[in-house]
Amino acid sequence: MKDAEAQRELRSYLTGGALSVALTLLAFAAVLWFDLARATALTIVASAAVAQLIVQVRYFLHIDLSRQKREDLQLILFSLLLLTLMAGGTIWIMGSLAGRMH
Amino acid sequence: MIGEMLHPGLNLGAAHGEAHTRSEPVLFGFWVFLMSDLILFGVLFATYVSMRNATAGGPGPRELYDFISIAMQTGLLLLSSLTYGFACLALKHGGGRRSGLVAWLVVTAVLGAGFLGFELADFYSVAQAGGVPSRSGWLSAYYALVGLHGTHITVGLLWMAVMLVQIGALGLSHRVKTRLLMLGLYWHFLDLVWVAIFSIVFLAGVA
Repeated sequence: MKDAEAQRELRSYLTGGALSVALTLLAFAAVLWFDLARATALTIVASAAVAQLIVQVRYFLHIDLSRQKREDLQLILFSLLLLTLMAGGTIWIMGSLAGRMH
Repeated sequence: MIGEMLHPGLNLGAAHGEAHTRSEPVLFGFWVFLMSDLILFGVLFATYVSMRNATAGGPGPRELYDFISIAMQTGLLLLSSLTYGFACLALKHGGGRRSGLVAWLVVTAVLGAGFLGFELADFYSVAQAGGVPSRSGWLSAYYALVGLHGTHITVGLLWMAVMLVQIGALGLSHRVKTRLLMLGLYWHFLDLVWVAIFSIVFLAGVA
C-alpha cells in the first residue's frame, strides 16, 4: 500500500511538471515564435501564467479543495484579495495618471 | 481526528509520528510568512508595471532581454522545483535512509545555483549595455523585483546547504524533517513567483 502511495505521489509531481513545461512553452511560443497581435499574445501569456500557478499550487504545494486544507486555502485567497486591491489599485491609479500626463 | 489533519505541502503521514503532527502548526505559520512575502513581491510587481514605460530615453526591454538565458533560467528553476518534490518523496518513503534525500537535495541545489549563475550573467550584460539601476525608473523597478527574487534564491541555496549539514549531523530527526518541508514550501513558492516574473517582466515586456 505504501508503494502504491509513493507511485501515486510521484505521478502527481510528474503530472504537475509536465503541465508546467507545456504552459511555459505555450507562453514563450506565443511571444517569441509567432507574430501575434499584442493583445492576443498578452492574453495567452496571462492565461498560461494563471493556469501554471494553479497547476503548481495543486501538484507541488498540494493545496486543493479538500476539507482539511480549507484554512490554508482561505489564507491564500485572502492574501490574493489584499494583493489584488493593492497591486490592482496602484496599477490603475498610476496608469490613469500616466495617461493624463501625456 | 488529529491524524487526519493535513498541512500545505507534501504530508509525511502518520508513519512519521511526531514529525507529522508537529509539522502542522509550524507549516501553517510558515505559510503565513510566505503570503506576507507574496504581498511584498506583489507591490514590487505593481511598481514595475507602473514604471513599465518610464525608460527616460534609456535602453528598454527589447534592447536588454536575452531570451535564451531567460528560457534557461525558467527551465532550471522549474526542474529544481520538481527535484525538490522528489527529495520530499525520498524523505517520506525512504524508510529512514538518507541517500536518496541527500542526492535529490544536491541536484536541486545545483539546478538552483545554475539559475542564479544565468541571472547574475544577465544582470552583468544588462549593466554592460547601459542598463544600470539608476538609468531609469523602469530599470530601478526591474532590478528591485528580479533582484529580490534572486536574493530569495540565494537564501534558499544557503538554507539547502544548512539542511545538508543538519541531515549529516542530526540525522532525520522530526525537527529536521519539519525544516525540510518548510524549505520545500519556500522553494516551490519561488518558482511560482518566477512564473509571474517571466510572464509580466520578460514576455509581456516584448509582446
